[in-house]
Amino acid sequence: MSAINNQNGFQEDSRRSLDKKPSEDITEKIIAAILFCCGLVSVLTTFGIVIIIFQVTFEFFQEVPLSDFFLDTKWTPLFAERHFGIWPLISGTFLTTITAMAVAIPLGLSSAIYLSEYAQPKVAAILRPAVELLAGIPTVVYGYFALLFVTPFLRNFLPLEIFNAMSAGLMMGVMITPTVGSISLDAIQAVPNSLREGAYALGITKLESIFKVLLPAALSGITASIILGISRAVGETMTVVIAAGQQPKLTVNLMESVETMTAYMAQISGGDSPRGSLNFKTLYAVGAVLFLLTLALNIVSYWVSHRFKEKYD
Amino acid sequence: MATSYQGNDFFDSSSEFTDNIEKRESLGKVFEILFLIGLLIGLFILALLVFDIGQDGLSRFLTPGFLTETPSRFPDEGGIRPAIIGSILLAIIVMLVAVPIGVGAALYLEEYAPKAWWTAIIEINISNLAGVPSIVYGLLGLGVFNYLLGFGPALISGALTLSLLSLPVIIVTSREAIRAVPDSLRHASYGLGVTKWQTIYHHVIPYAIPGILTGVIISVSRAVGDAACLLVVGAVSFLTFNPGLFQRFMALPIQIFSYLSRPEPGFANSSAATIIVMMLLILVLNGIAIYVRQRFSINR
Repeated sequence: MSAINNQNGFQEDSRRSLDKKPSEDITEKIIAAILFCCGLVSVLTTFGIVIIIFQVTFEFFQEVPLSDFFLDTKWTPLFAERHFGIWPLISGTFLTTITAMAVAIPLGLSSAIYLSEYAQPKVAAILRPAVELLAGIPTVVYGYFALLFVTPFLRNFLPLEIFNAMSAGLMMGVMITPTVGSISLDAIQAVPNSLREGAYALGITKLESIFKVLLPAALSGITASIILGISRAVGETMTVVIAAGQQPKLTVNLMESVETMTAYMAQISGGDSPRGSLNFKTLYAVGAVLFLLTLALNIVSYWVSHRFKEKYD
Repeated sequence: MATSYQGNDFFDSSSEFTDNIEKRESLGKVFEILFLIGLLIGLFILALLVFDIGQDGLSRFLTPGFLTETPSRFPDEGGIRPAIIGSILLAIIVMLVAVPIGVGAALYLEEYAPKAWWTAIIEINISNLAGVPSIVYGLLGLGVFNYLLGFGPALISGALTLSLLSLPVIIVTSREAIRAVPDSLRHASYGLGVTKWQTIYHHVIPYAIPGILTGVIISVSRAVGDAACLLVVGAVSFLTFNPGLFQRFMALPIQIFSYLSRPEPGFANSSAATIIVMMLLILVLNGIAIYVRQRFSINR
């Protein structure tokens, strides 16, 4: 394939039949340049995030040694005796995230399987957007519901603290269900019908075809949806800051109050930390960990879904 | 019925093959019901949530002055006017800033961008930005708009931060809409000798408008409900005046959060009432966008 270099220096790929050479007209050139700048905003946003977060994080680590941050097991930056061990915040984040995924994976997958394999198309056309409404509800609302409905309800049966990881995690799971469900649904529907028909020809039942043929075939998409769901849960703020509390501790007890990375960030920014103070810098250090963690999860999810995409052909 | 091969000497009668089809089919029925229950649990919780908030908040919502007064330190008095105005201003600015840039970026990527390593980077970059948590955008906004540009913790900082947060969704959905425009339309236009931009402006954009507006609805609704990045940028939890562009500001989700963090029980009702207002605002935004979308569809 030959590539044509036009006067803008852009390479035009002749595979795209519709590529019309930008005309010599000056307005046309200006418009192309403006649209290019719009595309550039997203790149600048990324650079902005990276530069700003890591600049302040670097300043933070000049005051607090890396060993304190990664080896200490206490997080008390606001107390007289300061400790900067990130692990309590990470454990709080993972505790709520695991709870959320324990809800979102079964609910999301069963929604996807039902909508794809069982529901009549007309019913699915109503039910799918209905489930997706869950993703459109602002997360403060889930926080409200977790704190004022779920926790009091569960306290009838369990000795929960008022702020606890369980309620926050459960509601976060409901919130993430459409993320897992939608992407899994697309993956399951992308499995060619020949596979379903082949399975039936061998005399297996519908359920067996789902578990032994469809789900394995759609595994990459399902895995990607789950990783993306984890990333959403890790980065979610309002539900956990409202319902899980603000007590950083290393615990696996769902009934206790915990603090997540995002909840700490919301707490410290709601207060008055003057710019340049150590408290201000902890905000960025925690933000950097959160950013890197979600970035890694997003890249893995993107990679998984693209790596295995075309294996049917 | 079970099929058997009893006549065959090679098969031990204790290991005869049975297809067990009834058992397997009934297991299938059980799982069908389980999958349906899994689907309905989410909807059930949605209904419960709407009911609970209605029950907690409706009477407070109907209190005279709730929409028009400024907040009070007492649970049953005052209103949420500054938060309403703040949220509406935020939504308007997000639409003015994020929609043109987002659609522009989508047009560039779909219509102009060559297939090259750096356009692939832009694409991967956008899908990654869509997964960056809201609160991290808050750090960006704090650094760029509050300090670098010197706006401070003002409404404009929050609005621009929300705009950046909304961009990836607008770009992704707009691209899908633009990609769905049939090539024959562009060919026909080029065939008449028009320039590239004239084709895009007069044919591609009008054709793609319904899809683009869908993305706009989703992203602006999210922006209206988002609180995390506004907390970092510096939204306040108590304001006795209407926010202006360069002043401290409130927004509805921040108001909900601030009511929830007060111990007196009455504030929970105010919080629920504010949720009702926020959900209504989101519904109105959706309604406007759907109306515009349909008008464009008919006039095409």
